[in-house]
Amino acid sequence: MGDDNRWVHPPPRYSSTFDEHSIAEIHRAAATGIYDIRGFGAKRKVPHFDDLLFLGASMSRYPLEGYREKCATDVMLGTRFAKKPIHLKIPITIAGMSFGSLSGPAKEALGRGASIMGTSTTTGDGGMTEEERQSSKTLVYQMLPSRYGMNPDHLRKADAIEIVVGQGAKPGGGGMLLGQKISKRVAEMRTLPEGIDQRSACRHPDWTGPDDLEIKIEELREITDWEKPIYIKIGAARPYYDTALAVKAGADVVVLDGMQGGTAATQEVFIEHIGIPILAAIRPAVQALQDLDMHRKVQLIVSGGIRNGADVAKALALGADAVSIGTAALIALGDNAPHLDEEYRKIGSRAGAYDDYHEGRDPAGITTQDPELMRRFDPVAGGRRLANYLSVLTLETQTIARACGKSHVHNLEPEDLVALTVEAAAMAGVPLAGTNWIPGAESASF
Amino acid sequence: MPTIDLEITSLREFNKMLHELAEGTNDTYFRVVNPRGRHAIAAGVDAPITVEIDGNAGYYCAGMNKRANIIINGSAGVGVAENMMSGRVHVKGDASASAGATGCGGLLVIDGNASSRCGISARGIDIVVKGSVGHMSAFMAQAGTLVVLGDTGDALGDSLYEARIFVRGKVNSLGSDCVEKQLREEHKEKLGKLLEDAGLAGEVDPSDFRRYGSGRTLYHFHMDNLEAY
Repeated sequence: MGDDNRWVHPPPRYSSTFDEHSIAEIHRAAATGIYDIRGFGAKRKVPHFDDLLFLGASMSRYPLEGYREKCATDVMLGTRFAKKPIHLKIPITIAGMSFGSLSGPAKEALGRGASIMGTSTTTGDGGMTEEERQSSKTLVYQMLPSRYGMNPDHLRKADAIEIVVGQGAKPGGGGMLLGQKISKRVAEMRTLPEGIDQRSACRHPDWTGPDDLEIKIEELREITDWEKPIYIKIGAARPYYDTALAVKAGADVVVLDGMQGGTAATQEVFIEHIGIPILAAIRPAVQALQDLDMHRKVQLIVSGGIRNGADVAKALALGADAVSIGTAALIALGDNAPHLDEEYRKIGSRAGAYDDYHEGRDPAGITTQDPELMRRFDPVAGGRRLANYLSVLTLETQTIARACGKSHVHNLEPEDLVALTVEAAAMAGVPLAGTNWIPGAESASF
Repeated sequence: MPTIDLEITSLREFNKMLHELAEGTNDTYFRVVNPRGRHAIAAGVDAPITVEIDGNAGYYCAGMNKRANIIINGSAGVGVAENMMSGRVHVKGDASASAGATGCGGLLVIDGNASSRCGISARGIDIVVKGSVGHMSAFMAQAGTLVVLGDTGDALGDSLYEARIFVRGKVNSLGSDCVEKQLREEHKEKLGKLLEDAGLAGEVDPSDFRRYGSGRTLYHFHMDNLEAY
């Protein structure tokens, strides 16, 4: 036994604290002297919709017949003040993504897919392109802090206006579009020299708080003759107060984006460490709306990590009126597709892990302004893929709603849900499965 | 010559009337009385008309203006002529913060002083301030011109892109990457034209100004510039 090395040299032990990623990041930082910038949303594991389950119908409630009995999915947005609220056929919208970060054909595909399914797309930093307006039947026009491309004619052409205060990937952060993606057209739309790194501001230039924002919204309503729904988009941080203040400022719709929500580019430390998961943000936001008697009057759109119909159904059951997808929509277009793995490897990534959207070298031709790469992407086929995906999300949501006995997906409610973990139970405000225990329910305050 | 009394006509009715003017209308001059600091007066106009406001205006007066000539016989609140596309806005009194913010075109003339962030994120607007401007003016300004006859607050032109700044008085401090540049004849000529457009022909000598612009050192993110961020 004394000669047996197995007892002297056990297998190497890796640290849980200094795990593979942490060690690689220290080496990378030491070699380059600069933080890592990437796209995508938070990649760390956080409590999410997977930690919730639906109970379905049973002795005490009866289900609806699949494929037979009606389960409606439509949603009206902007019913509070707008003369022309938006009616969407499905409660799934496409999140704001800029022309600049995405190629023109990719934006077109988003418009095509969404329009086939009767839902909306959203512009992004950099303004509205004619192609986007043409391809999107319902288009939401973002007003961002940078105001790149902001134009009153586009405000009037839009179907709704979304004032972006923040986004889930980086609440409190601006943006940076690196020079390699600043083509002549992108530069012209943003009134900046071609090829420079474009900093997008983190604060709006002409208002600083909710009292000012209320007046800003009044101006936008005056300019557009009170026709357009006005959304306020916030990154999930202090959802109870932020939602209440958005209502106070006069929003028709609040868009709440969790930390899993994607971005075109920001520091990894920002993406992974600022903001909270969408699961933790929905109930406080809904509570704020209920406390103000504004639930269903000011609509709530949530986003950040929506992948399938179960996620949609869970978000709606927690009180949202609709969800928004960004990353999932890009994946539906072909982003991170397995057949491109070899090409992703050539640029130091892998299919399924690609997140360097800011570099503009996307082999799928989606997050690039390189004409060669852009040509690889067919906007008609891409639009069809997105429509298929949206259709599946909708069918899955209906499947769950019918199983819970609901004739409209908005009839899903927290009582239909239980949680698999104590954390999820506390965050979502639903009981731990098999118990009637909602951690923190007796002292819930935000 | 319609006179609009905002104590009688609601702001909504007035703005709607301006938005619905037919192209080539004979109604090209509107006088507004009793503005009493209301917000968004004459916002979103897209017509070659003149609107003269007798009194003080609130926030975002003449916001996103296109083509109109808007005169404020008083002072203006935050964001006067914000995101202006074209036309002319003349504030006879003082302007609050963010005057001409993100403006794309046209001319904004302020007879008095302008507060902080005057011309912030400007994208082509020309602004002439006969008094002084507050801190962070022309912050991240991309294109256009800011002319200040008086003094400026701190951090003038911080993170400036391609906008031009001319100051006759004292600059309290320059922001990151904003540098003084030589005032050449072609600049004096352009400045002279702008001063003329602002009604200052013959009153002010362009040679008395100093020119500021972007050092262009922050155009590409670079570790060596970290202290500037």
